[in-house]
Amino acid sequence: MSSADPRQAGRGEAALLSVRDLTLAFGSKVIQRDLSFDVQRGSIFAVMGGSGCGKSTVLQSMIGLLRPRAGSILVEGDDYWSGTDAHRAATGRRFGVLFQSAALWSGLTVGENVALPMQMFTALKAAAIRRSVKLKLGLVELDEAIDLAPSELSGGMRKRAGLARALALEPDILFFDEPSAGLDPITSRRLDDLILNLRDGLGATIVLVSHELPSLFAIADDGVFLDAQTKTAIAHGAPAALRDNCANTQVRAFMGRERLDDDSKATAA
Amino acid sequence: MWKTSDGFAQTGLVMVDEKRLPTWQLNRNDGCNRIVLGGDWIADIGSIPDFPQSSVDGIPPGQSLQFDTVDIGRWDTGLLEFLWDAKRAAITASLVLDVGALPGAASKMLALLPGSSFEPRPAARLRFRPLNWLGGQTVDLLAELGTVTSLLVTILTGCAFALLGRARMRKVDLVANIRDAGPSALIIVSVVNFLIGAILAFVGAVQLRKFAADVYVANLVGLALVREMSAVMTAIVMAGRTGGAYAARIATMQGNEEIDALTVIGIPVADYIVLPAILALVVTMPFLYLYGCLVGMMGGFVVAFAMLTVTGAGYLHQTLDAVPFSQFVFGFVKSIAFALLIGGTSCHIGLKAGRSAADVGVAATRAVVVGIVGVIAMDAIFAVIAQVVGI
Repeated sequence: MSSADPRQAGRGEAALLSVRDLTLAFGSKVIQRDLSFDVQRGSIFAVMGGSGCGKSTVLQSMIGLLRPRAGSILVEGDDYWSGTDAHRAATGRRFGVLFQSAALWSGLTVGENVALPMQMFTALKAAAIRRSVKLKLGLVELDEAIDLAPSELSGGMRKRAGLARALALEPDILFFDEPSAGLDPITSRRLDDLILNLRDGLGATIVLVSHELPSLFAIADDGVFLDAQTKTAIAHGAPAALRDNCANTQVRAFMGRERLDDDSKATAA
Repeated sequence: MWKTSDGFAQTGLVMVDEKRLPTWQLNRNDGCNRIVLGGDWIADIGSIPDFPQSSVDGIPPGQSLQFDTVDIGRWDTGLLEFLWDAKRAAITASLVLDVGALPGAASKMLALLPGSSFEPRPAARLRFRPLNWLGGQTVDLLAELGTVTSLLVTILTGCAFALLGRARMRKVDLVANIRDAGPSALIIVSVVNFLIGAILAFVGAVQLRKFAADVYVANLVGLALVREMSAVMTAIVMAGRTGGAYAARIATMQGNEEIDALTVIGIPVADYIVLPAILALVVTMPFLYLYGCLVGMMGGFVVAFAMLTVTGAGYLHQTLDAVPFSQFVFGFVKSIAFALLIGGTSCHIGLKAGRSAADVGVAATRAVVVGIVGVIAMDAIFAVIAQVVGI
């Protein structure tokens, strides 16, 4: 499969997830076009870019919520969007997703939120599920909240509960949409550490959408930078590398939190 | 992650088709306590053994607890479940846990897990204390009465201002609400009232024919519709249709912090949301009632014409004779009262709702139930008043 595509051969055969010439659009409004990148197994991959550049849309397409207008998303060489819905759902069970607002099901307790995927997709008995749920909540330091309702949790706790739910089916790939949005610096830092530990401990591959620079520098080891004007990727690489030696001034300015030259002139005038 | 069933193996792990059951054994030799692990530790198999606290009984505190993982096959969070048990047991027995022999990833994950076990406290048993219960209920009732009264005052003053043309609500909202509550409800109001009129005529026809009083079907249908049925049925339809929608809409706004945003900006919720909603009902319901009477009488006429020897002119004449104008006024006033009741309760229930998706459902259900029961109860009160006043 991989040898058939010359570009893929160039960028490493072991890519767990490959995006090829992806074009995403809502109606006639194109969000991103001709987007290509590879996510290596075991890496923490960041989808970066300014507000409104389509980061979350790209993520939506990767997790099966938005069908691409053109191009493909390959999971271990298997075209995710070309198969039947059932095939896509089966692949999707290898994914764990932490949504931006955690998206906990409000009618269920925290424990039931984590247990539901296991009840639906494994043959485990109730006691084994309960034990597994406790472990997953323990990993995010929420085992005491197992019987609370989502509405009783703080924002950070909700995020962690969402993370525990994402871990429910032992996913290969974890997708995080703005994991540290709305969290204070300390909580956000702890979440970063947790993400690193999960990658190292569970061997999961992590794709995250974020524009929180400190967190990006701390955890991401590869990434892609999307641009709202040209509507495609303008840089590839680890966030720290992009900050220090990216040819594109716009990317460097973003990563270094600097003002672009013409912007500063405009402000001065 | 560490699964091989779907043809995907984590690097460094051996692919085996058959899963070996996880096994463990605690060897104690001269102060060296070693848990020997073997087999595959996959959570999906569902046969992860427990590590009972009793297995570390008798080990003197301060000694170390080690692991031997040479025989271990594949593992995932299933192994962690067992290791967590061991960690908690070791901490309870004041043993030193030596994780050196564990796979690096496993010891990292184990470090994330808390050392103490949390067992949820069993819920306190509810004891029935009649006085406490009565007191609580009374306080709740008074509080509810207070909020309802204040809402009612706001609504009535709002209505008064609206009549004077000095309301603080937006006209577009009122128009949109009236369109939702009025024209869109015509079809269902027509169907219900037509059938009610037909049913009344049918029941009446069977009885009245025995006395050759065929033409009095018109009296029966006319009076029943104008005085009771049309107003009540229209109100029940509106409680289910519009009252439920109001409660659900306001409860959803509550969940999205939209109500909070209004409050912070200083737009009174009563003016912006509640008043247009209630006024729309107050404006449309009386006319829906009149329309319902007309359609119901047509339903009655169709049945009477088909079953009995009644002419169109005779039926009309009989109806006009039987139903004085005051009955229409009575029904009209009742409809306005029902509209206030449905609008007020459903908005109040929506505003009071919680912030989750489930709460929206609860609010909508409660609004419909309270609306329907309230309409019927209020109708009974009106019946008594009418009796006393002599309408």
